[in-house]
Amino acid sequence: MITKRIIPCLDVKNGRVVKGVNFEGLSDVSSPVELARYYSENGADELVFYDITASAEGRELFTDILTEVASKIFIPLTVGGGINTLADFDRVLKCGADKVSVNSGAIRNPALIGEAAKRYGDQCVVISADVKRVDGVFRVFAKGGRENTGMEAISWIRHCVDMGAGEVVLNSIDTDGVKRGFDLEMLAAVCNAVKVPVIASGGAGKIEDFITLFHTLPGVDAGLAASIFHFGEVKISDLKEEMKKAGIPARLV
Amino acid sequence: MVAIIDYGVGNLFSLKSSLAAIGATATVTADRDVIRAADRVILPGVGAFGDAAEKLRATGLADVVTEVAKSGKPIMGICLGMQLLLEKSFEYGEHEGLGLIEGEIRPIAEVIPRELKIPHIGWNALHFCGNKHPLFKYLNEGDCVYFVHSYYGARCEGAVIATAEYGAALTAAVAKGNVMGCQFHPEKSGNAGLAILRAFCEMEGTVC
Repeated sequence: MITKRIIPCLDVKNGRVVKGVNFEGLSDVSSPVELARYYSENGADELVFYDITASAEGRELFTDILTEVASKIFIPLTVGGGINTLADFDRVLKCGADKVSVNSGAIRNPALIGEAAKRYGDQCVVISADVKRVDGVFRVFAKGGRENTGMEAISWIRHCVDMGAGEVVLNSIDTDGVKRGFDLEMLAAVCNAVKVPVIASGGAGKIEDFITLFHTLPGVDAGLAASIFHFGEVKISDLKEEMKKAGIPARLV
Repeated sequence: MVAIIDYGVGNLFSLKSSLAAIGATATVTADRDVIRAADRVILPGVGAFGDAAEKLRATGLADVVTEVAKSGKPIMGICLGMQLLLEKSFEYGEHEGLGLIEGEIRPIAEVIPRELKIPHIGWNALHFCGNKHPLFKYLNEGDCVYFVHSYYGARCEGAVIATAEYGAALTAAVAKGNVMGCQFHPEKSGNAGLAILRAFCEMEGTVC
C-alpha cells in the first residue's frame, strides 16, 4: 500500500534555511545540507527546497547547495523558487532535483507548465499554489503570498493539472504559520478538482494535525511543514509511529 | 567498476552519487568498450519507452546490453531501464523491447481501480515473491522503496521477484539469471535503496 508522505520544506536564502511566519519575519534556522541529512536519516519521505533568494549570486549559491544535498541524500528532492523558464528547470534538474515546483513563474507564463511537462514528464512538474480567502473566494497569490492575482484558485489549479502538472502543493496562506491544523476546507476543494497527488501545506502545529488531515481527507497524499520540524516540535519518527497507530500507511525507518 | 549506460535519457546524477555513497566505483558512459569492460552494468532511464528504445538502438547500445546480458555479468535496469528489458511496451503505440526477460509493459490503469491516482508515485512496500532474491539480501519484507510510474510489467510472472500493492500486485522487480530490473528507484529509496545497490555491486558473475 502506498504510504502517506511527510515532507519537510526548507526555505533557502543565501545558502541558509529560513522559515517565515505568514511569509514575514524570517529567521535563520540551520544549514541546508545538515538539515537535509538529518531529515533523510530520520524518516522524511521527500524534501522540498524553496530558493527565496532574489539575486544572481544567491541563486548560484543555491545551486551549489542543492548539488551538495543531492549528492548526499537519496530521497526525492523537489526544488522551487525562481523557476520562470525551461532553463531554470534544466539548471536545478542538473543539480540533482527530481521534481521542480513552479508558482509565480507559471502565473506569469502558464505555457511553462506544458512545455516543462513535455520535456521532463508530468511527474517532474509540481504546481505550487499560495491560496488565500478573499471575500469568501479562494484566490491565488503570487510573489510569496504578497500579491493577489485575482485568479480563482480551484480553476487555476485544475488548469495547471490539465496542462501537465503532475502534483499539486496547496499552501493555505490563511493557516500558514498559525499552527492550528491544515486548511481542510481548501484542501477538500482541491482534492475534488484534480486526480494528481495533492500535498497539504500550511498550518501544521502538532502530530494530531497530520492524523486529522489524512483521516479527514483520504485524497491528500502528503503533508508538508517547515518550522515544526526545524525546531523539533514534531519529530518525524514520532509522527510516523502515530500515523501507523492511527491506521494511516506510513514508511517507518 | 559499474558502468551506468548513458544514452541521453534521464538524469544520472543521483544514481552516480548513490553508488559513490556505497563505495562503488561507477562511470557514466556511452562507450561500448567501457561497458564491455565493466564488472557490472546499470541501464537507467526515465521518460517514454518508444523514445528510449529508439535511442538505445540508434546508439548501438542495445546490442551491447544484450551482449553483457549473455556474458553472465550482473546487469540491472532501473525504472524505464527495467521496462526496456522486457519484450515490448504498449506505451503510446507498440514498441519492441530488448526481450531479455519475458513480459510486456502495459498501462497501470488497466489493472487498478479507477479511484486510484496515476502515476503510482511515492513510497510503497516491497513484497518478495518466492525465495528472497539476492538483490534483497539486506532488506526485509515490507521495506518501502520509491516508485514513479504509469506503466508496469505484465505477463512476466516467471521473472517477478517482488511486487508492490496498489490496487493490484504491481511488478516491482524482475530477474532472470544475471539480468535484473527494478521498477522503483533505488537511488531515491533511502537506505533500502542503497542496500539494493550494495547487494547488486556484491554479485559475482552469473547469479542464482
